[in-house]
Amino acid sequence: MSKTTLTRRGALSLAGAAIGSGAITGFPTLWAQNIKGVTLRQVGTGVSGLNAIAEQVKKDLGFTLQLTVSDTEAVAQRAATQARSFDVADIEYFSIKKVYPTGVMQPIETRRIKLADKIVPIFSTGKLLPTGTPGQGTAPHTVGYVDGKTSTKFASAPTGWMTLMPTIYNADTLGIRPDLTGRPIRNWRDLMDPAFKGKAAILNIPGIGIMDAAMVMESMGNLKYGDKGNMTKEEIDKTIAFLIDAKRSGQFRAFWKTFDESVNLMASGEVVIQSMWSPAVAAVRSRGIACTYQPLEEGYRAWGSGLGLAKHLTGLQLDAAYEYLNWYISGWAGAFLNRQGYYSAVLDTARQHMSENEWGYWMEGKAATADILAPDGKVMEKVGAVRDGGSFNDRMGKVVCWNSVMTEDRYMVQKWNEFIAA
Amino acid sequence: MRRSALFSWLQAAPLALVLAVFLLVPMAMLVIVSFFDYDSYSLIPDFVLTNYRESFSSAVTWRTFGKTLWFAGLTWVITFGIGFWVAYYLAFVVRGDMPRMVLFVLCTVPFWTSNLIRMIAWVPFLGRNGLMNSALIGMGAINKPLEFLLFSDFAVVLAFVHLYTLFMVVPVFNTMLRIDRRLLEAARDAGAGFWQTLWCVILPLTKPGIGIGSIFVVVLVMGDFATVRLMSGGQSASVGLMISNQIGLMQYPAAAANAVGLLAMVLLLMAAILRAIDIRREL
Repeated sequence: MSKTTLTRRGALSLAGAAIGSGAITGFPTLWAQNIKGVTLRQVGTGVSGLNAIAEQVKKDLGFTLQLTVSDTEAVAQRAATQARSFDVADIEYFSIKKVYPTGVMQPIETRRIKLADKIVPIFSTGKLLPTGTPGQGTAPHTVGYVDGKTSTKFASAPTGWMTLMPTIYNADTLGIRPDLTGRPIRNWRDLMDPAFKGKAAILNIPGIGIMDAAMVMESMGNLKYGDKGNMTKEEIDKTIAFLIDAKRSGQFRAFWKTFDESVNLMASGEVVIQSMWSPAVAAVRSRGIACTYQPLEEGYRAWGSGLGLAKHLTGLQLDAAYEYLNWYISGWAGAFLNRQGYYSAVLDTARQHMSENEWGYWMEGKAATADILAPDGKVMEKVGAVRDGGSFNDRMGKVVCWNSVMTEDRYMVQKWNEFIAA
Repeated sequence: MRRSALFSWLQAAPLALVLAVFLLVPMAMLVIVSFFDYDSYSLIPDFVLTNYRESFSSAVTWRTFGKTLWFAGLTWVITFGIGFWVAYYLAFVVRGDMPRMVLFVLCTVPFWTSNLIRMIAWVPFLGRNGLMNSALIGMGAINKPLEFLLFSDFAVVLAFVHLYTLFMVVPVFNTMLRIDRRLLEAARDAGAGFWQTLWCVILPLTKPGIGIGSIFVVVLVMGDFATVRLMSGGQSASVGLMISNQIGLMQYPAAAANAVGLLAMVLLLMAAILRAIDIRREL
């Protein structure tokens, strides 16, 4: 090889490396005179990281929403450790409890969210109805606000600075195969019924799984927690010891971590009763297999997600992000999510984008007057079907706890790992 | 003379640099982080032994290490048993280079798809209502589905064997091909039977290949987390899975401490294999 080719190649690769490494940045974005040139990178879970939403954003707002989808833990991890790799985080409230204090996010100014006062009160006071009581655990209103623009301390009451703008939430319970359980299921303790030995599953995300386990423990009368959402070490020990016993005796068929896994476990009949998410139940049903999202006497475990802004967002990009947040609760997205069995943060605007029948079925617990279609146009439910658990108020009103990050989080996670490894 | 020595150093420099940057530095980081403290959302640079203490004072950790070793040992025995005879067949029974190569390529066909797909393909086959159980029930061999087929240690080892046998076949086959056929003739002429030839001639000469294959299989199984999680339905544990769980929960120092433990164990195993077998002859 001659000397010249070597140097030429060397120079080329150097230049390539320089461009690749992003050393050439800081060009003024002169050509981006308007919002249309903006790209927002969003990280989030598969729950709401949906292409249909990105396409609608392009149509309605003109800019590009680039979606990256991972599982709950990976999203929190990425948000906390790779702050530059995203602009908008679509993240759960119990994750934001860990992520926000790292200082990678900036608060959302409530006054720039036009419909802020229309957001369901669960996210501001923790109560669905003025008479209700907030659920235990990391309820969204406890981590929904910070004291000021630069503060990373959560505020105890609503302020002008939101950590996340709520978008989506739901009440979770057990999913069952009514054709295989052979008896009605009424309580969380039924998960541990010896009749379902080797046919039960629980989800392996500690902050969520521990809450399901706590619901089971209380339902069995094994333990009365001071606060399920913030267990003491002793309570954690007891809960995990109980889970390990159940695992050793062969109660569980599997532990799942992703949506798809839970669908496959249920659809294949490997499992007949398990922790589940609402659209997973719909996915099993859409294969023509009976599956019920069983309301239970003790109530629901709930979760909520919102959109948060990365700290590095400024100028035009920040404006675009606010446009996006406002768009999200302006109706289309809310209706889109409601139709999959989730709930939208602002109900009135979503209603305007849903038919009377759809609203009745999904939100009011009424029997469907026409076939209920999935977003892709497939028939999801036939005429006459009623939603499991009934209306919005029936379901969200019976929330007793939320997915949690506890004070003893480190200890709990260690113990949970022991349970999985046992 | 000195110039040529300098030249040799220069020639070795790029690889040394690559190894330093992509192997030594990350390893050093791993060790350093394993002494850090942490809370639920951040690393706290420090020098504490809590990560090691918390990890290695727990019986679960030891059990998990034991289980991982058990998986590795069992997988090694089975892949060696199968791999050796497949290689033997290819090297000594098949006549002619052409058929030998065709058969060898056939062995690699499954590797044209991803690891994960080969693994997941077992799920519908082994499940409670899977092909295997339906077939057995259909034949009247059993009247209740066999539950241990899926989401069990059996399934994990089965997948490991399926995934990694080829890593044993290739190096063993390679060394077998290099055995001078005249040695086999000499053995036969000297009156050795099949088993004696195998034990006294082929096996000793194949040792380097077996050593390399063993290293592949043992290292792959020891570091695995995806197979264990998927095939055991999250019920069984391996050190890799434990580390992956901790990373998922942002407990990096704890994960690093376990990784250092795993590294030490694998290095010990490698040392043992290399002591027993001189693989340099192969290279």
